[in-house]
Amino acid sequence: MSSPTKQHDSWWKEGVGKVLTTVSASILILTTLAIIYFIASKGLATFFSNGVSLVEFLIGTEWNPEGAPGQFGALPFILGSFIVTVGSALLAAPLGIGTAIFMTEISPRIGQKVMQPVIELLVGIPSVVYGFIGLSVLIPFLRNSFGGVGFSILAGILVLTVMILPTITSLSVDAVKRVPRDLKEASLALGATRWQTIWNIIVLRSSLPGLLMAIILGMARAFGEALAVQMVIGNTTAIPKSLLSPSNTLTSGITLNMGNTIPGSAYNNALWSMGLLLLIMTLIFILLIRWISKRGQA
Amino acid sequence: MVSNEYALKTNDLNVFYGEKHAVKQLSIDFPSHSVTALIGPSGCGKSTYLRSLNRMNDLIEGAKVTGEIWFDGENVNHSAAHVRLLRKRIGMVFQKPNPFYKSIYENIAYGPRFHGVTNRKELNEIVESSLRKAALWDEVKDRLHHSALALSGGQQQRLCIARTLSLNPEILLLDEPASALDPISTSKIEELIQQLKANYTIIIVTHNMQQAARISDQTAFFLMGELIELNDTNQIFTKPTRKETEDYITGRFG
Amino acid sequence: MNTKAKDRIATGVFYAMAMIIVAVLFGLLFYILFHGLQRIDLQFITSSPEFMKAGGGVGPQLFNSLYLLVLTMLITLPLGLGGGIYLAEYAPKNKVTDVIRLSIEVLSSLPSIVVGLFGLMLFVNTMGWGYSILSGAFALTVFNLPLMVRVVEESLSSVPREQKEASFALGITHWATIRKVLLPVALPGILTGAILAAGRIFGEAAALLFTAGMSSPNLNFANWNLLDPASPLNPFRPAETLAVHIWKINSEGLIPDVREVADGASALLVITVLVFNIAARWFGKWLYRRLTAS
Repeated sequence: MSSPTKQHDSWWKEGVGKVLTTVSASILILTTLAIIYFIASKGLATFFSNGVSLVEFLIGTEWNPEGAPGQFGALPFILGSFIVTVGSALLAAPLGIGTAIFMTEISPRIGQKVMQPVIELLVGIPSVVYGFIGLSVLIPFLRNSFGGVGFSILAGILVLTVMILPTITSLSVDAVKRVPRDLKEASLALGATRWQTIWNIIVLRSSLPGLLMAIILGMARAFGEALAVQMVIGNTTAIPKSLLSPSNTLTSGITLNMGNTIPGSAYNNALWSMGLLLLIMTLIFILLIRWISKRGQA
Repeated sequence: MVSNEYALKTNDLNVFYGEKHAVKQLSIDFPSHSVTALIGPSGCGKSTYLRSLNRMNDLIEGAKVTGEIWFDGENVNHSAAHVRLLRKRIGMVFQKPNPFYKSIYENIAYGPRFHGVTNRKELNEIVESSLRKAALWDEVKDRLHHSALALSGGQQQRLCIARTLSLNPEILLLDEPASALDPISTSKIEELIQQLKANYTIIIVTHNMQQAARISDQTAFFLMGELIELNDTNQIFTKPTRKETEDYITGRFG
Repeated sequence: MNTKAKDRIATGVFYAMAMIIVAVLFGLLFYILFHGLQRIDLQFITSSPEFMKAGGGVGPQLFNSLYLLVLTMLITLPLGLGGGIYLAEYAPKNKVTDVIRLSIEVLSSLPSIVVGLFGLMLFVNTMGWGYSILSGAFALTVFNLPLMVRVVEESLSSVPREQKEASFALGITHWATIRKVLLPVALPGILTGAILAAGRIFGEAAALLFTAGMSSPNLNFANWNLLDPASPLNPFRPAETLAVHIWKINSEGLIPDVREVADGASALLVITVLVFNIAARWFGKWLYRRLTAS
């Protein structure tokens, strides 16, 4: 028998795994940094190289980048993005959370057997499909009911609502399921009705952070969605006058124009600035989620 | 220097989990080819102590072990020691049977193969002899390539013992090996320990005092991380010298 | 209003909400499949699209989607395994690990159009790969990687701790323990997650518009020369996928049967996602049973 302490591990035997996996993990950091760097450097060029005023970009309402002089008021895009996001969240959140409560508290059998698989499937449906259905079903319907072209903010909101509903519902189901059983039973045993239990214990207390996170993740998805919105919103760059007017969003602006502008031009750079805004909003959504989950734990 | 009568010994061994001082100044000698039982109420540090002997506490974040562990003429409780070779020579069996999610054959062959045995015939021999030593061969010889998870709890635990024996260790550390088993399986394991004593030095943690009395040669009684009494098993169970020991074995606490 | 009545009304409202959702979601699925399935036949999924007249298929697009999926998986799987193993097994509790986790969160929540922009700049322009399958595959890797890392980490973390202890107690290295003991047990979870992620990237479009491009050259399926522009396997050729095709014909298509082609292509996408979902469940269960039972 050799002495227990006289042999040493070869570096290869133990070290190789650690090195390989560390390299893979660092790729995640590198990619993130690269994305932030690339998008920021291009997006800021609008202001530093092309001399566009940041204030004009953020609150200006005139978008005519090819004019002389070019006008770079991106507010119509920004406003469009926020309106469709908030609008779809307002519709999808109550429906999604209500459905989640139905699936877990009122009829778990139907919920688990029928609704859960369908909702999981719908989370995975490509967004172009949602856009296409919006285009071929919703637009004619809106045109016939309200007149006009049908392409509108409202169409964008409705398509996004259907698109984020499965996301919000399935995340809310997880949040509601995490409420300890004995908490519910205690409430029912004290004579509270099912509705009082659901409202006071589940919605307001235990799962509130989880439900808020579900809504925010849904909003993040809506805010960043490009094609489904672009296909139904009408792509008109003006401050919308009503829910039925056509409009534009940051994502649809980029989608439509990125391929048709000359790289390096002020117009092209302004599209990158819109991309940078999307990136910043993503970071804000993440910060919000982290803040909520921290408060939820405290 | 350690005399050859002792397979293993510790000098002033301490284990800390963060702030918690879990094992205090323990010095025990383990004579070769004998069974030592470590007994005491739960949380007394007996399992923690056992897990220090093959350096399994290295895996626990924040655990610190100080003092000396003498094995084969050297103190192995320092960072330069060859921990893997140490663990090969000091085998361990856990409280809950933990066979790998592999076939019975692969459960046994896994260790030797890693440590350099590649010859198929040699592996077959190791698998058979290990299973025979663990008194499992007759029960499983027809289904060596079936999943180990299909075995009963008692069989799984004997498989785990066989898996440890496959590396031909000198010392066996058993951490409450029968606590999750039914009485029949337990008696099989106890019988097995008696047979294995001839070739291995065995250290067993148990919360079952009858078990300690039945199978061990010497017994160490732990309380709150300290060694209260260490003596021949007969002595401990008939004429304990310390009041705490007597209270414990007569069931007044614990 | 007393509490009993309130309770009854609330229950009614929940039923109504659930019914609305079920109606909308089932209606949607039914609509897509009903309209699309009438359109799908062998000719549709094998022939090339038409540019001006009706009757074209989506053969090259279907192939492109699949090829892109395979390439993306080839890049993502090893990296995802590496990253997931690192986080589950090696990562110390420190700032760097926090930054890795934050990166995963950022990457997985980036809008896909932003990922497309990044791909346009790095892969298409800086690396000089142009609009190509390779650029597309790397762009898709950017979203797929964080998903895979999470899947691998979660699957590894759910392997019972005792498995690892057993292996360590035999004097086996951490790395060998990971490869020989932990990964086999985690495999069903990893594969299930990978298949679901595959469904996700199969339908991705926005990130591909400016990376894999919106056109597909005439492909000669007998040409296996990797560097020939007409070879379907050439990773440097542009490749319009099924999802991109749906978007393109709807926004700038000249064919008269846009609606029919898009119906068929949508149904193909949905069916593929459905197949991936079912396959993931079934395959995961099957593998688990194989690993655990006799």
